[in-house]
Amino acid sequence: MDKNKLKNTEKEVRSLDAVCINESSLEHKWYHNIKYLILGILFGIVFVKAEVVSWFRIQEMFRFQSFHMYGIIGSAIAVGMLSIFIIKKFNIKTIYGEPIVFSSKKFTKGQVYGGFIFGLGWALTGACPGPLFAQIGMGATVVIITLLSAVAGTWVYGYFRDKLPN
Amino acid sequence: MLDFILQPWPWYVAGPLVGLTVPALLILGNKSFGISSSLRHFCASCMPANIPFFKYDWKKEIWNMIFVLGILLGGWITMNFFSNLNPIEVSQELTEELANYGINDYSSMIPKDLYTWSELFTLRGLLLFVVGGFLVGFGTRYAGGCTSGHAIMGISNLQLPSLVATIFFMIGGVIMANFILPYILSL
Repeated sequence: MDKNKLKNTEKEVRSLDAVCINESSLEHKWYHNIKYLILGILFGIVFVKAEVVSWFRIQEMFRFQSFHMYGIIGSAIAVGMLSIFIIKKFNIKTIYGEPIVFSSKKFTKGQVYGGFIFGLGWALTGACPGPLFAQIGMGATVVIITLLSAVAGTWVYGYFRDKLPN
Repeated sequence: MLDFILQPWPWYVAGPLVGLTVPALLILGNKSFGISSSLRHFCASCMPANIPFFKYDWKKEIWNMIFVLGILLGGWITMNFFSNLNPIEVSQELTEELANYGINDYSSMIPKDLYTWSELFTLRGLLLFVVGGFLVGFGTRYAGGCTSGHAIMGISNLQLPSLVATIFFMIGGVIMANFILPYILSL
């Protein structure tokens, strides 16, 4: 009974986030993570080549001075949407043969308040979390401070979570 | 061909490639595309401090931390092998505005006038990097995702909360960039 309760809390904690609660039931060896490293590398390359990591491009975006970022986000959504549609329609499985499962996001006030707060930060830093990692890789070592600050922000959120409007 | 690789990529090439990360992660292992959650996993792995939000099996999300390490490496690889050697081309309006704040160096897509350690010790730098970073970390967790998790993955999966989050990302950004940043950048 106790074990079940613990499992449920764990599921609840993880489902509150973009964290998959339907994880693979297979036990993978560590080298199975290499594919995520490679995908991350490719992703990082695209980010830098497309200048998504540029503070200038983000300023242009929020001042509506360029279509570039909207084009990227928009076409990414279009491709994402189409691919999810195809996955669902043809019941496509993972490379390990497991079903691909989606979970619904529950609406909370966090999307409003947290979203706004993140937007403020995004314009200040000119980077959302992804670009922060790429920028450090590119040699902008001062961004390490930004990243540490972001981790601190995450921690403080976790600390005050139940006291915040939800 | 080599030319194309060295030049900046247009949105219609980059966007779809970014979008393909969604099915790639799903097919590789039923993973939901999201980057800001890595910040949560860092906290859970290093300093959970008995806070319920960080008490979960973060080891199951190691893939995510490895993914962002990949992003870092991708940045390094691009800078060293595929870099665009020309200055970044930025809109005329923006360059005029930024000149008022002493930002004139476009030799790198990452503003050399801002991204320096000495800048970090000015009030402006502190606000941009430390306060900005903090708001990013706090806000993304409060919202439950960032551009990748909500705007791209969430909207691709037709999640209304993600659309709402994205709208408020934009509202926050527009207000900051147009009404508050001019004062901060003038510091």
